[in-house]
Amino acid sequence: MLTRRIIPCLDVKEGRVVKGTSFVQLKDAGDPVELADYYYKAGADELVFLDITATPEGRQTMASVVERISEKVFMPLTVGGGLRTIEDIQRLLRAGADKVSLNTSAVMNPRLISEGAERFGSQCMVVAIDARKNEGAVPWWQVYVSSGQQPVELDAVDWARRAVALGAGEILLTSMDADGHRAGYDIELTRAISEAVNVPVIASGGAGSLEDLYLALYEGKADAVLAASIFHYGVHTVAEAKEYLAKKGVPVRF
Amino acid sequence: MPFFCFKLMSSGIVIVDYGAGNLRSVINALRTLGHEPEIGSNPRQIALAPVVILPGVGAGGAAMEALEELNLTDMLRRRVSQKMPLLGVCLGLQLLMTVTEEGGLVPCLGVVQGMVKKLPEEGKIPHMGWNQVKQVEPHPIFEGIPDNSNFYFVHSYYAEPEDSSAVVGTTDYGISFCSVLASGNLIATQFHPEKSGAMGLRFYDNFIKLALGSQTC
Repeated sequence: MLTRRIIPCLDVKEGRVVKGTSFVQLKDAGDPVELADYYYKAGADELVFLDITATPEGRQTMASVVERISEKVFMPLTVGGGLRTIEDIQRLLRAGADKVSLNTSAVMNPRLISEGAERFGSQCMVVAIDARKNEGAVPWWQVYVSSGQQPVELDAVDWARRAVALGAGEILLTSMDADGHRAGYDIELTRAISEAVNVPVIASGGAGSLEDLYLALYEGKADAVLAASIFHYGVHTVAEAKEYLAKKGVPVRF
Repeated sequence: MPFFCFKLMSSGIVIVDYGAGNLRSVINALRTLGHEPEIGSNPRQIALAPVVILPGVGAGGAAMEALEELNLTDMLRRRVSQKMPLLGVCLGLQLLMTVTEEGGLVPCLGVVQGMVKKLPEEGKIPHMGWNQVKQVEPHPIFEGIPDNSNFYFVHSYYAEPEDSSAVVGTTDYGISFCSVLASGNLIATQFHPEKSGAMGLRFYDNFIKLALGSQTC
């Protein structure tokens, strides 16, 4: 049976991991290579790196970081952040990334999804969607781009469907309402997207407890859960998360 | 003379580069195991190498076209008929079959009789993530790998060999499909050993030991 994936997410700026990772007993907790290796050995199923570097020079750094990670970490790696062209995508895939995640650039230039899928295969094209609930007579989830700064006239469920039709092989869904609050994923949104598309959906934003992971997988019907702070701050280990999920009957890999 | 130089310098393992995806992870996995693989698309190199790995992600039709343009299809067929070691990975397994449904009906290498079919629509496609490989036949390729170990899969099509005795590992995803194929010195996997952690590295190690052990020097 296909297991559900637990995916730690690392924010990387200019080749360094940002956001607290102080719990990890590493020589250099800011080194993405060392952290990736730590999570590999800790039983993570996959890793997502979000490059928040603002400069093109910094992006070159990300490629070399991925290169070094892929030398010792034998599990799937997804890299996102600031990828705008086929060349940007190719550079990271050649460096050893298995998938790239497109967010703003996919909204601004949806052809990038189809061109990437045609060239490299759908399996490596992840479309990341940041969404916020828009309360009204008929509530809906609105898509935001530019690191959540910019609302666009797109319904998240429609956009997910369209992205998949264009060739996205996976959706990385972040609830901006839930993100950072550690009060649980947006289950309603996760389920809406998961039921709308026939590709895997990774739930992101809001994980604060192990039960939150379970709810996103079980009630939200997500195929994978992404989490940052509960792992980075040492609230829980990946192994604890898996033991908890296994007890609840969720298939996980040990 | 150049030929002998090539042979002397060769590590013995060639990874076929036909433009289908990223080979870096495969190279890194083999390096971790202490090998220095060559990357190549030269028919002679592919014909003579003691061990060949045919990796691949992407579409079956495009991959067959690329192999034909590089004049590699006959070399690969010949390797198999001469019982020289070959490991197919993911798309590299599907390309061994007679024909694939992907992109119409595209003829493949045909060294293993059978079809490549689309996974059933009930499940999400691609089948992406870690799933168990059930060892349906004992085989030295599984040395040190517990039954039902998890491996990393990402694919939308699966191979269905006519001769079920070549199927040594199966995986369930809506249906039970062939995830490890073994026939003499021909081994192929639907999963990505280079993405499957310690068990994946063990799988490569087993293959290389079997392959090099079968050489008559």
